Amino acid sequence: MSDIVSQKFVSYADLPGWLAELGKNAAVYAPRREGQAVVYRAWNAGDALECSQRPTESAKHVVFPRCEELFGFSREGEPENPGNRKLEIREAAEPVPAVVFGLLSCDARGFFSFDSVYDGSGTRDYKKGPVKDPYYLKRRDRTVLIVRACKTALRTCFCNWVGGDPASTQGADVLATDVEGGLLLQAVSERGKILLETGSLAVGSSEQAKAAEASHESARKGLAPAPDLSGAPRALLSLFDNAGFWQRQSAGCISCGACTYLCPTCYCFNITDETNGLAGTRIRTWDNCMSPLFTLEASGHNPRTAKAVRLKNRVGHKYSYYPELHEGRFSCTGCGRCIKSCPSSIDIRTIVQSAVKEAANV
Amino acid sequence: MSKELLPMAPERPAYEEGMRNPYLPMPATVVEVIRETHNIMTFRVVLQDEQAMKDFTFEPGQVGQLSMFGVGESTFVINSPPTRKEYLQFSVMRAGGNTTALHTLCPGDTIGVRAPLGNAFPYEKMKGKDIVFIGGGIGMAPMRTLLLFMLDNRKDYGKISVLYGARSPQDLSFAEDRADWTKRDDLDCVLTIDNPSEGWEHRVGLIPNVLLEMEPKPKNSIAITCGPPIMIKFTLQALEKLGFTPDQIYTTLEKRMKCGVGICGRCNIGGKYVCIVGPVFSMSELKEIPNEL
Repeated sequence: MSDIVSQKFVSYADLPGWLAELGKNAAVYAPRREGQAVVYRAWNAGDALECSQRPTESAKHVVFPRCEELFGFSREGEPENPGNRKLEIREAAEPVPAVVFGLLSCDARGFFSFDSVYDGSGTRDYKKGPVKDPYYLKRRDRTVLIVRACKTALRTCFCNWVGGDPASTQGADVLATDVEGGLLLQAVSERGKILLETGSLAVGSSEQAKAAEASHESARKGLAPAPDLSGAPRALLSLFDNAGFWQRQSAGCISCGACTYLCPTCYCFNITDETNGLAGTRIRTWDNCMSPLFTLEASGHNPRTAKAVRLKNRVGHKYSYYPELHEGRFSCTGCGRCIKSCPSSIDIRTIVQSAVKEAANV
Repeated sequence: MSKELLPMAPERPAYEEGMRNPYLPMPATVVEVIRETHNIMTFRVVLQDEQAMKDFTFEPGQVGQLSMFGVGESTFVINSPPTRKEYLQFSVMRAGGNTTALHTLCPGDTIGVRAPLGNAFPYEKMKGKDIVFIGGGIGMAPMRTLLLFMLDNRKDYGKISVLYGARSPQDLSFAEDRADWTKRDDLDCVLTIDNPSEGWEHRVGLIPNVLLEMEPKPKNSIAITCGPPIMIKFTLQALEKLGFTPDQIYTTLEKRMKCGVGICGRCNIGGKYVCIVGPVFSMSELKEIPNEL
């Protein structure tokens, strides 16, 4: 756990007031109920907060929007000279600073998976060194994260298998823990400290800190013991050509892609153009490796036509290829959303554990 | 919240002002359009920023993303060599939406170029060796870059042979080049088509079979091949029969790519992203990575 640099308390009654205070300088995102789902949306004073149910989605879209403009372009046509069209490229608008309230510790850790891809540290372009993604880095730089510690563990939770914890402060600026009557707010970064100086929050007491620690401990107890997954990267690679194994694992998959959209670490995107007359924008949108279109080439060739191969790539990426490029870290935070929201109950834990077992038997 | 109010959390990657944006294409003007075959066109383009054009450097085998603004972007090899800098050349086979749009280009039109991307043929390591190029159809495009580069540095390389094949005479691109290649005496160029055709003066036969007849010697040689997957498959078998080892054979791969810089996540084979560790691979490198072409 990172060092706590300051400690405040906000009662449930005062929470909206404090968020509204933060909202004066930044866009505030908070969990909200929409139908049966709990989602992170821009929060404005007066909006309801949904804090009793675990958010259905991760908060990755605050830093990595579902749809983001890369640049705009416009062409000036000359009817007399159709070939001669001046082209102007306009860079995308600056992102506004954002505060995310109430994201889960697994979601905050999810950004680490993005970080080492988008800052180029895990990839090397030919002779040019790392290629960095300015859009992502800019938003990441301007987003402050208030993590809310989990009070309980769900059956789909397995953050402890992949280095997480229900009250992990990794990647967080503030850790909020439910204590009697409100939230204990513990700043774990300089940014978090500044955040806690906004408004007039009460100082958190040592009793409240003790209660918070007890709550963290009780959540930890609800998690299943972590199995040894150190052999997973090699095991998955060794099963690459085992079509039977992957067909069995993917039998129920309907390629809906819910797992990818809800995942806090899925970072793949598509780039497309939208036009209106002679002007338009180039946008990037979340993409989904469960769809056969993801790798379909113009020639009609497709290296991943079968769903078994696509599921293999998704699990393989998280537990083998990504760790190979990024210092052994799994690209999975154990949030369990892909398990919880899978319409055919595919469980990534089972797949990884089966792979380790299957590889050991060969 | 101003930047001063939010000091960077130390574990986060930094954004720096003025950071290079790898997604911004450079506007370029089409200066020449050549119709190669019924479905292949070649475009010669010049970057609109004169300084950028002057400073533009790349190595044979590297690719670029061509933008048709409003339609999209796709990847093509730069098939003019770095030794000839008056324009950048791309040959495009019409297949999907973007390539169809590219085929409407006329001289004077503006497109976007993001280049160079990817790796290059190890042309330094190939110095002093005999080189065999085996290209099928549009697969001749990446061969052309390296071949012209070697012809421009002719004394650095040993015997150079080219085997270029297509279905029919009408499917062969680079007519001007072919006329030159077949005349030159520092180059052994064999052209082949799949089926006999009236007036055809060159070989008839599938590339792998003609290659076996050509019998290039593996000693101190490098073979470079590109073409449709089925041709590659049998060409590799033929090369093996001739005694070429996997580290003597190079090819260049095609994958659907979007970002071209290792981020968007679709061109991977296992942990290898073709856009940054490829598109050029030796056969021995390909044997090391999972089989998912």
